[in-house]
Amino acid sequence: MRQYLNVFTAYIIMGLLIILVGILQSWGVALAILNLCLISAVMTMGANIQWGYAGLINFGIMGYVALGGLAAVLVSVPPVREAWQVGGLNMILCLFLIVLLIFAIRYILKNYRKSNKRNLGIALVIIIGIIFLRLISGPAIESIESVSPATTGFLGGLGLPIIFSWIVGALFAASIAYVIGKIALGLRADYLAIATLLISEIVIAVLKHEDWLARGVKNVIGLKRPVPYEVNLQTTDWFIRLIERLNTGSLSLITDVSEKQAVLKQLVIEGSTVFVKLCYAGLFSIVVIILLILTQKALYSPWGRMMRAIRDNEEAANAMGKNVVKRHLYIFVLGSAVVGIAGAMLTTYDGLFTPGSYQPMRFTFLIWVMVIVGGSGNNFGAVLGGFAVWFVWIEAAPVALYFINIITSGLEDTNQFKIHLINSVPYFRYLFMGMSLLLIMRYRPKGILPEKIRHA
Amino acid sequence: MNYFSGEKMTGGYGGPDIINSCTISVDKGEIVTILGPNGAGKSTAMKALLGMLNLREGKITINEKDISNLSPQDRVKEGISFVPQTRNVFTGMTVQENLEMGAYLRDENFQDTLNEIYGLFPVLKEKRNQLAGQLSGGQRQQVALGRALMIKPSVLMLDEPTAGVSPIVMDELFNHIIKVRETGVAILMVEQNARQALSIADRGYVLVTGENKFSGSGKELLNDPEVRRSFLGG
Amino acid sequence: MDFVNAIVLLSNFVIVPALSYGSQLALGAIGVTLIYGILRFANFAYGDLMAFGTMFAILFTWFFQSIGISLGVLPTALLAIPFAIIIAILFSLLIDKFVFSYYRIKKSPPVTLAMVSIGVMFVINSIIRIIIGPFDRRFFDGERFIIRANEFKEMTGLNEGLAIKSTQVLTLFVTIVVASILFWFLNKTRTGKSMRAYSDNEDLALLSGISPERVVMITWIIAAILATIAGTLYGLDKSFKPFTYFNNLLPIFAAAIVGGIGNPLGAFLGGYVIAFSEIFITYAYKKFFAYLLPESLEPNSLIQLLSTDYKFAVSFSILVIVLLFRPSGIFKGRVL
Repeated sequence: MRQYLNVFTAYIIMGLLIILVGILQSWGVALAILNLCLISAVMTMGANIQWGYAGLINFGIMGYVALGGLAAVLVSVPPVREAWQVGGLNMILCLFLIVLLIFAIRYILKNYRKSNKRNLGIALVIIIGIIFLRLISGPAIESIESVSPATTGFLGGLGLPIIFSWIVGALFAASIAYVIGKIALGLRADYLAIATLLISEIVIAVLKHEDWLARGVKNVIGLKRPVPYEVNLQTTDWFIRLIERLNTGSLSLITDVSEKQAVLKQLVIEGSTVFVKLCYAGLFSIVVIILLILTQKALYSPWGRMMRAIRDNEEAANAMGKNVVKRHLYIFVLGSAVVGIAGAMLTTYDGLFTPGSYQPMRFTFLIWVMVIVGGSGNNFGAVLGGFAVWFVWIEAAPVALYFINIITSGLEDTNQFKIHLINSVPYFRYLFMGMSLLLIMRYRPKGILPEKIRHA
Repeated sequence: MNYFSGEKMTGGYGGPDIINSCTISVDKGEIVTILGPNGAGKSTAMKALLGMLNLREGKITINEKDISNLSPQDRVKEGISFVPQTRNVFTGMTVQENLEMGAYLRDENFQDTLNEIYGLFPVLKEKRNQLAGQLSGGQRQQVALGRALMIKPSVLMLDEPTAGVSPIVMDELFNHIIKVRETGVAILMVEQNARQALSIADRGYVLVTGENKFSGSGKELLNDPEVRRSFLGG
Repeated sequence: MDFVNAIVLLSNFVIVPALSYGSQLALGAIGVTLIYGILRFANFAYGDLMAFGTMFAILFTWFFQSIGISLGVLPTALLAIPFAIIIAILFSLLIDKFVFSYYRIKKSPPVTLAMVSIGVMFVINSIIRIIIGPFDRRFFDGERFIIRANEFKEMTGLNEGLAIKSTQVLTLFVTIVVASILFWFLNKTRTGKSMRAYSDNEDLALLSGISPERVVMITWIIAAILATIAGTLYGLDKSFKPFTYFNNLLPIFAAAIVGGIGNPLGAFLGGYVIAFSEIFITYAYKKFFAYLLPESLEPNSLIQLLSTDYKFAVSFSILVIVLLFRPSGIFKGRVL
């Protein structure tokens, strides 16, 4: 019971903090924090499945987040017909070629014994395949990218509601994770970390430079939302009446009609942004709650027990006939899929896809700080970690500014040192992150909400 | 009083005691071997003497000096050198470098000792520029012995020096150990090959469940009917 | 003549840049590999340690410039490096004392230490950005070129020019000197040998009386020296931007693993392997072949195996291939 009390207290404190931001700063900011907290929580749950359940280090979180984002683009953007006409056929041909290539490699792997000759054969197949791919795709890519490059220049997507991308993102991430897992999961823990980090950089490089796919660094903007737009809300009757109803008290104090109208208009504008964010918060919460229920059920199922047994003693589990490599692959794929969902959610929320913004600091290491700080192996801990760390990440700057002002209060505003410090405020968040990671690892190595060990 | 001795040693790894009031001693120029079935606490007794185990009771002395509370590193400085059973050479370093590392704590010129060791193990001189990891099992054991002797120890402790080597190599190694004894070093070794070990040992201890069961000169133990029956296979 | 032109072309765009970039990677990779060999963890904070050292090299350079000290044709930064090294060493030792030593004594698994190094990475990251900011800094002064492309053309009468920047020669020269001293130290001195022994077999090193604290301390000192030198050379050659230094950590890791992690000679060579393959694979050979082949066979495409956008991808692919087929690295032999 005491343990549940801890969870409750921690979450209530977190909730109060966000409400405090709402009161002190604005509700828009508070809700923005909440939404990104929710997205972070999903990412953290994905990482926690891999690290907490199975002890796998995946420093490639960034790659899966980006794949989720790609899914959002490919699902929601309407197809660019002209681009399909000029190059679609060739690109589909390439896709077939890749599938063929994979089957060819599989065939060689299955039917020939391990030898230098086999390796050479595989290399040859890959090289020939790449040459053909380039021959076929080269001109196609060129013509696709020249289709009104300022606005499109890519194949576009399916034109479906963006919400489907949350599932597609999971599938994208899962399939790439399957390939990576097949390659890298046999490695030692620290090699796995480095390999996944590097592979995620390759994923980003591809997204940045393959313009025909998702416009690369030219970004895709204006993705269709799953929730209403502010502009539309502001002219919708029921919404205006809702705002009016909510603010009857303050509005009734104003007697002048035109002034009343102006105040109401202002309130509607403010209300619309809050409303949109609330809609997102609702959608995201549903995802978080579903995932939380599923992961929690999984953790205490026989399957979850087996996973933890493997994590805690791989050799013993192996000796008992559990196929450790296979289980690891499974969980690697599963965790990555969850991260893929989060990636799609993030792009949905932002409404734009910017491959250049994916950086390991923000999308891999920050997520790891969340996992470690929250409590690895504990889903509630992971979610809390996502919340708490994101909160600090955002609020670090104002807090740092506050302290800098106190410390340097004796100095004049023109003091070079003071100006320099105040200009450096954005970078204090890294300091806070690093320090919280170090302090947690030192003094509370199991995280704020440690894994509950049930001896049942 | 023997030169190096552990008296009434009792202790374990934090759980139950592994060795119980166990007494082992060795004099300079003497080979003493510790025998016993698996799990009898032979290696534990060795570790206790080396200071890698916290003793609850008992006292360890060298040259009448109490060293019970010294750390393993400080015991090395007292002249106690140890050759572990496995991983006992620096595989990525040459034979000569292995020997030099043995003399790490000595500040003076150790060229004489190096020549002495090469005299003792001629094959090492021949292969001094080869990586220790590329040597055969028997040669590696010689490197390990040589490394331990470079500090000019007064006590040399060996943990199953002949484990996993062929019988011919084993005889050769035992010959080397006898040669080392002649330089006046006190040698204490744990051995699996009990019969051969006893035949070169001056004295022996037989441990059972962490206690001294039998002790005596090598010949006595070899001829003791009970020891023969239970440990030497008839 | 065409043949000479082709060679000059290749030297100008591939060999010279790869040599200097490879040197910078090589020095960094030795640092990573030493830490891995002795302290037994992958130090993700190393890229930021490089940036930290470089930052102080820049600050000292500015200081020297402000009081009017310069080295003439050579960059002032050379004078600043020793001072920057001292600060980087102190900083490394401080971090070890307050952060890493705790886990070492507790004998935590390498993964924990790697995770701790991420915390350190965040901290150094912020210190750098707070002190010098995240922006691009150029701090090179002195003579930029040893040979300019058009000078070379005039001198030799060839069509192709060969430009050699002074920083490139400087990088190569300093790398050779530093690496030679380091390998001499590791192979010939008692302390160096004790480090190799410790990396090879920790327990036996302890039994031989080698003091772990000392070995660890010297490892940090060497790592800090290498980080500062490699970082400053890179900054002189290109420019200093904290973010690039973090990115450079990745090919450095690749170099260290390709060379067999824990093996400094391997890491050294690994740096060049990575640099050369990155540049070789992403270079467009059109002009090169145009010189060599008869006109009828002249290529009309760029003959580029991979676009330069995928420069990093090359080193990572090599790394993945090495990890799969030879996890111990491509250079066999002695450890450390």
